[in-house]
Amino acid sequence: MEVRVQNIRKEFGRFPALDDVSLDIRSGELIALLGPSGSGKTTLLRLIAGLESPTDGTIFFGADDASKKSVQQRNIGFVFQHYALFRHMTVLDNVSFGLKVRPSSRRPPAAEIRRRATDLLELVQLSGLEKRYPAQLSGGQRQRVALARAMAVEPNVLLLDEPFGALDAQVRKELRKWLREIHDRTGHTTVFVTHDQEEALELADRVVVMSKGAIEQVGTPDDIYDHPVSPFVYGFIGQSNCINVTLSSGEIWFEDRPIGLRAANEPDGAATLYFRPHDIELIDGCGGCLAGLVTASRRVAGTRHLEIDLGRAHPPVEIELPPERASSTDHTRVAFRPTKWKLFRKEGDIAAAQPVEEPASQLARTGT
Amino acid sequence: MAFRSSTRWRFRQPSVIPGFGLALGVTLTWLTLIVLIPLSGLIWRSSGLGWSSFMALVLDERTVNALTISFGTAFIAAVVNLFFGVILAWVLVRYRFPGKRVIDAMVDLPFALPTAVAGIALTALYAPNGWIGSFLEPLGIKIAFTPAGIVVALVFVGLPFVVRTVQPVMEEIDKEVEEAAATLGANRYQTISRVLLPGLLPAGLTGFALAFARGVGEYGSVIFIAGNLPYVSEIAPLLIIIRLEEFNYPAATAIATVMLFLSFIMLLVINSIQAWSRRRYSNGA
Repeated sequence: MEVRVQNIRKEFGRFPALDDVSLDIRSGELIALLGPSGSGKTTLLRLIAGLESPTDGTIFFGADDASKKSVQQRNIGFVFQHYALFRHMTVLDNVSFGLKVRPSSRRPPAAEIRRRATDLLELVQLSGLEKRYPAQLSGGQRQRVALARAMAVEPNVLLLDEPFGALDAQVRKELRKWLREIHDRTGHTTVFVTHDQEEALELADRVVVMSKGAIEQVGTPDDIYDHPVSPFVYGFIGQSNCINVTLSSGEIWFEDRPIGLRAANEPDGAATLYFRPHDIELIDGCGGCLAGLVTASRRVAGTRHLEIDLGRAHPPVEIELPPERASSTDHTRVAFRPTKWKLFRKEGDIAAAQPVEEPASQLARTGT
Repeated sequence: MAFRSSTRWRFRQPSVIPGFGLALGVTLTWLTLIVLIPLSGLIWRSSGLGWSSFMALVLDERTVNALTISFGTAFIAAVVNLFFGVILAWVLVRYRFPGKRVIDAMVDLPFALPTAVAGIALTALYAPNGWIGSFLEPLGIKIAFTPAGIVVALVFVGLPFVVRTVQPVMEEIDKEVEEAAATLGANRYQTISRVLLPGLLPAGLTGFALAFARGVGEYGSVIFIAGNLPYVSEIAPLLIIIRLEEFNYPAATAIATVMLFLSFIMLLVINSIQAWSRRRYSNGA
């Protein structure tokens, strides 16, 4: 079922946790809410669930206004970070709980409940553990029971709050793959919260990047990584460098020289240049480049990371090179130029005389 | 290899934490001095009676009535305490209100107050001319000087046991468990009866057992409010005192032995139920 969040606002006391957030979730989609802690992603998830009530705004499940309904009436499946299993019930009883508490008019017969719970346990690969208690299961198994329990009520939407956050790295990877498979098989509309960008990019159809109670960007993992729309997304997703530059008649200048990049339609003034460590090319000699002294060099898996000091007034930048390229360069001084980059400008950066049509940011790319 | 099967009954394997031998030695010595020697003295004295005279003393109608009253009222009082103690603990854990700390402290008062004081106070209140008794009198309800009075006194002395055992467990209930039940469609009543209360069962049983044991042995508060009519409102501990004052030591020890035996059996049963349920749910998340 599709879920539409419209102009949601949530305040805790006087502190706004979410400020005018709107989001369309398509039916059958697996969508990730990604952001640092305090970004409001869990609050948004709990608002969709009905575990919190919005200060303002509406949430639609399909055509129904869900914000008027209680948690119980919304028919959602919620998976908690710490599983929240009922510890005095067996695995089977945990999974069938949602069906057993239905009013008798909507409750399936006992045999049917049992069959459905058993089927779900098979789906989450826990057959044979029906009689166990949660205390007798490992963390990964508990989380799978929690997922089966949430799916048993045939929810309109499946909501997962940092589902793998309490598990160790190995189990987390396995469960991630497994959740994707389950989703592809069952087709539930699924929203999950995570602070782990790798998890979000690998698992989700679309990623919602959040910061400080607002949505920064919504897009496919490729969009988010390749075309970040704000400095926050650029900095939060993947590695990135940012340096302060100036624009002068369409040329980008770093300190007192042009660096060989052009942004033709940009007005003059200050700007911030973002680029990723691996999106660079090395240059022999320097007719327009960034150059600096190598201050540190680390081998990370298949690449070599070089830390480069561009001058005392700037924080060091990091570039990534294939190891053989790195060793063939001059060890002390490196000249390079970003191949993919983006300029961001604050409103005050642009000279007051220039009329600005496109506001905060604009993407430009060099062909090289 | 042939001895493998017997390893089940060996002492616990020594671990890196030292002092098992010493700790067990101290425990056993202490238990022997404080509990075992006095109790075995009791059994030894009553065993001198011979089986037939022992049974005659025990099956005496007055003794049977006293024992029934003691165990019956203690049981009813413990049930009442279990019910209201859980509610009281719930209020103290879940809600914030002015005076909460005062109420929290008041729960412990029955521990500290001399029980005779409690008995006298309750008698003054529930006597036919007392504050509460005078309202109940026209309705034909008599509390003081009846078994109902005994229950009231035992509820008073037993209350803290249930509250104090249930309270910490309740504080540890994860709010997420309740939220999980709500997302699955359970209403408030279902959440409480199917999710929260079963989780409190082990602690509740412990509190119940403690309140019950305390009620069976209670003397000070009861004798003031009970009226102490033989066959009607005379409790077993009082009967023991009466026999002692008559220098009828065999009868006193016989009643005491039966009380000891019954209490032990009941506590053993309750504790095994409790241990069983605790084993099942322990450290689950």
